Amino acid sequence: MIHTRGLTRSFRAKGETVEAVRGLNFDVEAGSVVAFLGPNGAGKTTSLRMLTTLLPPTSGTAVVAGHDVLTAPSCVRNRIGYLGQGNSAGSNFRVSDELITQGRAYGLSRAKSRARAEHLLTALELEDLTKRTVGTLSGGQRRRLDIAMALVHEPELLFLDEPTTGLDPHSRANIWEHVLRLHKELGTTILFTTHYLEEADLWAQRVMVVDHGRVIADAPPEKLKADLAGDRITLGTADRADAERAAELARALPTVHDVTADDTEVRVRTPHGDVQLPVLLRNMEAVGVRALTARLTRPTLDDVFLSLTGRTLRESADAAGPTTTHDGA
Amino acid sequence: MKVLNDTRTAFARELGPELRQPAGLLFTMLLPFLFLALFAPLLSGMGPAGGDTGTGSPWQWFVPGMLVLLALSATAGAGASLLNEMSSGAFERMLVTPLNRAAMLVGRALKEVVILLTQSLLILALLLPTDFRLRPLGALAGLALLTVFGIGIGALSFTLALHSRKQQTLFYGVQQMIFFPLLLLSGVLLPITQASAPTWLYVLSRINPATYVVEAERALFDGRFAETSVLYGVLAAMAIAVLGVFAGIRGMRNASA
Repeated sequence: MIHTRGLTRSFRAKGETVEAVRGLNFDVEAGSVVAFLGPNGAGKTTSLRMLTTLLPPTSGTAVVAGHDVLTAPSCVRNRIGYLGQGNSAGSNFRVSDELITQGRAYGLSRAKSRARAEHLLTALELEDLTKRTVGTLSGGQRRRLDIAMALVHEPELLFLDEPTTGLDPHSRANIWEHVLRLHKELGTTILFTTHYLEEADLWAQRVMVVDHGRVIADAPPEKLKADLAGDRITLGTADRADAERAAELARALPTVHDVTADDTEVRVRTPHGDVQLPVLLRNMEAVGVRALTARLTRPTLDDVFLSLTGRTLRESADAAGPTTTHDGA
Repeated sequence: MKVLNDTRTAFARELGPELRQPAGLLFTMLLPFLFLALFAPLLSGMGPAGGDTGTGSPWQWFVPGMLVLLALSATAGAGASLLNEMSSGAFERMLVTPLNRAAMLVGRALKEVVILLTQSLLILALLLPTDFRLRPLGALAGLALLTVFGIGIGALSFTLALHSRKQQTLFYGVQQMIFFPLLLLSGVLLPITQASAPTWLYVLSRINPATYVVEAERALFDGRFAETSVLYGVLAAMAIAVLGVFAGIRGMRNASA
């Protein structure tokens, strides 16, 4: 559904050339749900803007839904849906009018547009707001309307750029429920970016981690976590000496890495914590070292990012500053 | 066919809010209304002016100029709405749809023209009780010329907005910098003739395309069709329209890949 080769985009900023996206190579199969993860400024939005024909690549190629984004942008636009970070609907327009116009823009008949609009407004719990102007809606209501606009023509490929940022948990769940229903019923391919790592973890079949304009990891979330981060075992001991002896025993185990002892606490990383923890506890007991507490923590995608870059996504986001939308990465 | 359908879609979208809130029409009519109410009476002692051969009423000379003023004030700011949509994200959403880029521009410009014509007709209707003499054929031709001129100015305003998206103050600065000289040098308020104006002012007035549109409007509303001023006015309005639409379509196409 998506094929990119050497996809690159640079910008001129303050007299310097900044490469926001550097030689992106990836393929997305039809019917899959893929998350693009990375800190602000990593190149996620710029990549999405190139794939949706909003921004021409500086070099490289991108074939989206069977068409080249540079040579056949209209064909690409006909087959995709896009939800950007901004508001899709104009403030002065009526909710139902914007939705119907969106359907008409994709060539749907007036009757079909109206029917789709009614269906989506009900599904996204906006049916009581059809006559309201968009500017009077709350942030959550506006975002749900944005989602409806991206779905009105039932696209075969959907790009979502931070679809649920700033929404309450109920609205986030409502939006994902609807997007995933579309994926299930129509086989819609979905490529999304998000700051909520748990969304990528829960809904994506595949996660691409992007940093400094490059894909630095690309696999299903479970595989990424097992291969790159691993489970975390945390043991509490009575004193520092016990902690150091426990750390030595942990280092002796196979597939264990990142063992640290800090005062009365030992932290261990391993791909299979559920197997290694009982072994470690047995070995400790055999040499008379008692664990006062033992905790096994499953890794998160933030741990994956930490393992890949040495910093967390949150730290990276703070360092990068506010998200850029139009021309920045 | 697709271009026509897309133009209709873009036009219908833009017109919707105006139809729901027609009071908005009155605000852009305020400037010409103020001039008509407060300035036109001052001309009563001047007699026929600017080549008027009609009734000699100051209205006869002043009203066509006010319609050009209306066309300028109503359509020159049209790009502001586009600018708002660019900063909110709504324009980006439109760019991802397969809507034809020319249709996106023409649909918007047509909405401006419909509003302009509605406002012009309202003004003419309000002036019927005065000694302004309405010549139907001349008025029709005058409104047609105003339409062409309005499309051009509206399209240029959209073009300016498209080029100002990274620095929105640029739009308002340039718009004001062009709008007022264009307006004042066109002779809508007072005739700028070789006899009455300093040479430099007269020369500036003659290189202002709006001057020719104003003179053509005055001739047409007076029922004088076979005059060189009409020809020059039509040529000036068409040149602005061609330039505006061409630049606007180009800007729309460059706004995305």
